[in-house]
Amino acid sequence: MKKRKVFSLLLAAAMAAGVMAGCGNEEAPSTGGDSTETPDEEGTPDDSEKPADGKVYYLNFKPEADEYWQALAEVYTEETGVPVTVLTAASGEYEKTLKSEMAKTDAPTLFQVNGPVGLASWKDYCYDLTGSEIAGKLTDDSFALMDGDKTAGIAYVIENYGIIYNKALLEEAGYSAEDITNFDSFKKVVEDITSRKEELGFSAFTSPGMESSSDWRFKTHLANLPIYYEYKDEGINTTDAIKGTYLDNYRQIWDLYINNATCEPTQISTKTADDATADFVTEEAVFYQNGTWEYNNIADVGDENLGILPIYIGVEGEENQGVCTGTENYWCVNSKASEEDIQATLDFIDWCVSSEAGVNAMCKDMGFVIPFDTNLESENTLVNEANKYMAEGKTPVTWVFSTMPSEEWKNGVGSALTTYAADQTDANWELVVEAFVDGWAAEVAATK
Amino acid sequence: MEKAMKRYMPIFVLPTLCAFILGFVIPFVMGVGLSFCEFTTVTDARFVGLSNYVRAFQDTVFRHSFWYTALFAVVSLVVINVFAFALALALTQKMRGTNIFRTIFFMPNLIGGIVLGYIWQLIFTGVLEKYNTALGLNEWYGFAGLIILVSWQQIGYMMIIYIAGLQSIPGDVMEAAQIDGATRLRRLFLVTIPMMMPSITICMFLSVTNGFKLFDQNLSLTAGEPSKMSEMMALNIFNTFYGRTGWEGVGQAKAVIFFVIVVGIGLIQLRLTRSKEVQQ
Repeated sequence: MKKRKVFSLLLAAAMAAGVMAGCGNEEAPSTGGDSTETPDEEGTPDDSEKPADGKVYYLNFKPEADEYWQALAEVYTEETGVPVTVLTAASGEYEKTLKSEMAKTDAPTLFQVNGPVGLASWKDYCYDLTGSEIAGKLTDDSFALMDGDKTAGIAYVIENYGIIYNKALLEEAGYSAEDITNFDSFKKVVEDITSRKEELGFSAFTSPGMESSSDWRFKTHLANLPIYYEYKDEGINTTDAIKGTYLDNYRQIWDLYINNATCEPTQISTKTADDATADFVTEEAVFYQNGTWEYNNIADVGDENLGILPIYIGVEGEENQGVCTGTENYWCVNSKASEEDIQATLDFIDWCVSSEAGVNAMCKDMGFVIPFDTNLESENTLVNEANKYMAEGKTPVTWVFSTMPSEEWKNGVGSALTTYAADQTDANWELVVEAFVDGWAAEVAATK
Repeated sequence: MEKAMKRYMPIFVLPTLCAFILGFVIPFVMGVGLSFCEFTTVTDARFVGLSNYVRAFQDTVFRHSFWYTALFAVVSLVVINVFAFALALALTQKMRGTNIFRTIFFMPNLIGGIVLGYIWQLIFTGVLEKYNTALGLNEWYGFAGLIILVSWQQIGYMMIIYIAGLQSIPGDVMEAAQIDGATRLRRLFLVTIPMMMPSITICMFLSVTNGFKLFDQNLSLTAGEPSKMSEMMALNIFNTFYGRTGWEGVGQAKAVIFFVIVVGIGLIQLRLTRSKEVQQ
């Protein structure tokens, strides 16, 4: 009898475990799912009280700015009585969350797309912002995302990326930023640091991690440069078939990254963004390819030690090249929301970029450079360092990676880069070229 | 009593039925419907006929993932069940501490797949680093890694089911066989295993369908690297849905194909092992 009891307990435990394991499986693909419940619960009581006023529901893309958006939303609600809900889905989760949220009755009224390719899937949901208050405040028309004649999106933050470096370490190695003016001089510095690695106690580059938290730095941001130069040669803004004219340059810079880093080239598939940040903050490496958004994570190095270099890939005349400047954050207003909600949303974003509270929150707390005439001077050292290149009259590299045909394309290039790094043969580089050129055409055809 | 049961049955069934309809039937029907549509959000779809299915079958990566998954399901089925059965036999012998061992072997099953994937990734990375290579560089490293991972996770679970089966074998049958002079090996193959067929059916069904449906562990351990070569079907569907604009419907079509395959294989397997079950 006793034995049976023990046994039935065990069985019950097994079943319970099965049920739990089942839940785990179901929930895993939609990590955004849990958090999506909150806005509904918060949103519903409010709109039953004020049905006529409209409300704002913002699906935010930048996790690092989340707390400031929440605070700003509260301030706005206090001031105007309009309920504002902010939900954040980080970059990898954004499309998934947006897809599921948009299917709901209380869909986001304000959301983001990353550029022309992102716009293609959401253009039916974009309210025409032509003639809106906020569109009039842009410092340059190029910061509006156009869909034909329609202003589909408005950029709200301008960012830069390049090679962040540690001034103190570079000096210790016997160089300064003035010594680096093009690819050849950069290569000399990097290889010299590597040859004296033991003696100096640090490497040239942080780990070029190809794990998913870090691989976008190379498959997207670094790949921007060969595409940018090709577009420039051809005088185009986007293409259905990339030629890969500058892929040899891409290989040069990639070789430099992987063979002069803190880790072996075979290990990069396991290295994360945190690993790279740690390499930089603990002064294991001088150079770190990343952008101005990384400032808060690496501020420990000290403001006076932070600088940013353009990414030179060995193109003629690159001495005049600046850092990569652009945006992948465009605000879009949901055209399928109700009239009142659209109006409330337009008022809200206009308030964000024109009122004191709004501008302060965006420029100071979130550390953004905003493309509106109200922009304040930044407290982000990296932004100021990057702006120096503009002041010197260097040509910024525009962000053309938003024209990359799909996530699939980026993943294909990323995987090929990892394989090449482990075994750096010409045949393996051919695979990168194939993923880059043929993959581009294939993806364009696939997403048409 | 029976009459009362009959009368109140609808009321008692209602909550579960509602949950079943809301949580399973409606999404399932919608899902099948969406596989014939092009859409961005699930409430805003346009009918496109069979083109999603055509695109799904043309996808070479999808075909590769099918064979990779099928091989995985077979290998994991064998490994898990052989080890689980052996453990169950060992832990039903009369010896001290069997309960402790059962608990220990069962415990990995209580950890979620994503977490397990990351933990094992750290372990494998640590080991492979010594040989100057990495998990994401070869699809068969990923394959071996996944087999080790799911074995570690599921052997304990299947073991519990086998133990239950072993304990339900009547002692008199075994005794009779012993008196007839059957050796241990003969008793195992001619008495124990035939008597255990119901448990074997369940365990094989669970491990073969789990093998096909594997998602979390695949996502967190290899994420399909290198170049989607270690991508299994569930992950392939997920990536199709989110990887490209305009491919949501294709992902959905793949999900329907996947469903049909899993149900088909599950049913065939059930029929095959059921036919071997004996009456006690």
